Amino acid sequence: MRVLSKKNIMILAGLILTFAIVYALRNFGILTSFHEITIAMVCINIILGVSLNLITGFTGQLSLGHAGFMAIGAYVCALINMELNSTFGFILGVLAGAIIAALVGVLIGIPTLRLKGDYLAIATLGMAEIIRVIFLNLEITNGAAGLNGIPRYTNWFWLFFFTVTTVVLISNFINSSHGRACISIREDEIAAESMGINTTQYKVIAFAIGAFFAGIAGALYSSYFYFLRPEIFGFLKSIDILIIVVLGGLGSITGSVIAGILIAVLTAALQSFAALRMIIYALLLIIIMLFRPQGIMGTKEITDLLNFSKRE
Amino acid sequence: MLIIDKLTRSFGGLTAVSNVSMQINKGELVGIIGPNGAGKTTLFNLLTGVYEPSSGTIKLELNGEEVNIGGLKPYNVTKAGLARTFQNIRLFKDLTVLDNVRIAMHQNVQYKLPSSFFRFNNFYQEEDKLLEEAEQLLDIFKMSHKKNELAKNLPYGEQRHLEIVRALATKPAVLLLDEPAAGMNPFETEELTNTIKWIREEFDLTVLLIEHDMSLVMEICERIFVLDYGMLIASGTPAEIRTNKRVIEAYLGEDVSNA
Repeated sequence: MRVLSKKNIMILAGLILTFAIVYALRNFGILTSFHEITIAMVCINIILGVSLNLITGFTGQLSLGHAGFMAIGAYVCALINMELNSTFGFILGVLAGAIIAALVGVLIGIPTLRLKGDYLAIATLGMAEIIRVIFLNLEITNGAAGLNGIPRYTNWFWLFFFTVTTVVLISNFINSSHGRACISIREDEIAAESMGINTTQYKVIAFAIGAFFAGIAGALYSSYFYFLRPEIFGFLKSIDILIIVVLGGLGSITGSVIAGILIAVLTAALQSFAALRMIIYALLLIIIMLFRPQGIMGTKEITDLLNFSKRE
Repeated sequence: MLIIDKLTRSFGGLTAVSNVSMQINKGELVGIIGPNGAGKTTLFNLLTGVYEPSSGTIKLELNGEEVNIGGLKPYNVTKAGLARTFQNIRLFKDLTVLDNVRIAMHQNVQYKLPSSFFRFNNFYQEEDKLLEEAEQLLDIFKMSHKKNELAKNLPYGEQRHLEIVRALATKPAVLLLDEPAAGMNPFETEELTNTIKWIREEFDLTVLLIEHDMSLVMEICERIFVLDYGMLIASGTPAEIRTNKRVIEAYLGEDVSNA
């Protein structure tokens, strides 16, 4: 069984250990609610970062609208969740949110992904704004006041479960023939087409998968923080996600994971210096771009660095 | 095999390819020559679907079936059995040699999208097959020891080679080579000449090549088409082309005594 390779067993052991440690710390009351919020943000950041990395880092399509997909997942899940108020309702909400986000991704992707570079960035930015404004004006989403009293079902187990699932599924995809087809678009679109790859189709696929997981992140968010307002999913949120991807390295899943953790911890640590926070944040970015423009990991993955013997 | 009929392509007022008809038979090695700006690369781009023809048809005859490939998208042209290399190398530079070849094999991969996430059994079978075929192909070109190097780190000549390997990985029936010898020294050109001859036999290919290097064209091509200002001005064997008056005029200018 290839699934039980030495590498996978080590990864699994690491994951179980991480889960158990956090679980134990929480149960012994060592983690405060402040820590817990940070952990939730770490997980949500990772899901957002990894999913945007698939679109921007691997497929090479600059998207400034990731918060829009997150918003769809958040609202859909919240609405279902408030109606059913059960774990089943929560899971149903997460899946429904993700699927609807993916469908919207396909719908928007088909016309916009003909555009390239800055044009695509502007188009996706516009798309996220439209989504936000729709939520702002719908009756069912309660407009600018937003939704309050969303039941909390997001806990450490579900955060961990969805984060790991996202990372595993997206890295599986990247390491498959279909994933390589996406990467070839980033490398050279004309050559990719000449090698028999339907580039439009694969761009839309990558966009939809990215949207799907952003929907999951949004759903987890909505069921953790009790309330939702459209302004949470503004332009700045999309930029925040893009920062995770660029900071970690375009085309490195490990990078997005590291940067997702880093940004969440940094945001939490600087919470009491609200004014200083944005300055430190910005300075950090400038420094990284000056000294390591390829991001923390470049396009390398942790498996490359640990020198696991490659499957021959 | 490949039948081009009255093919025309204009860009605004400029007719880059004008009323070109040619027929290429199975297994032939045909050269297309012409001065700079004669429309050779535009012709290639029409054949491979990068441009749509303004008028005229391109038909590919394969196993008794005739497909009209004029105006198809590039990936569908490739699926139909026509692969190309590029004048200015267009490898996937930041990917490994192996991945360059594997990407070209993607269109023959059997497993579907869900399997790439969940790795059902056929995933491993197909990936193994892919890896094996890619390595075999690289082996033939003595490049398998470099399979894990990034394409951009290969020497120039090997990058040109890899372009050909990548095109072959799509399992074509017709191979279009756009100036394969550009920038090569005489020794490398010689080697390339032999490679082209050899792959035609080995892979049972019909080869169409654009080239400026006359020694290469004259040595290996069985037939040559000459383009000038988008029009086909001559076709024939290398010996015929060498003495064709219109070809000489196109390259060297009109004879003064004729003026």
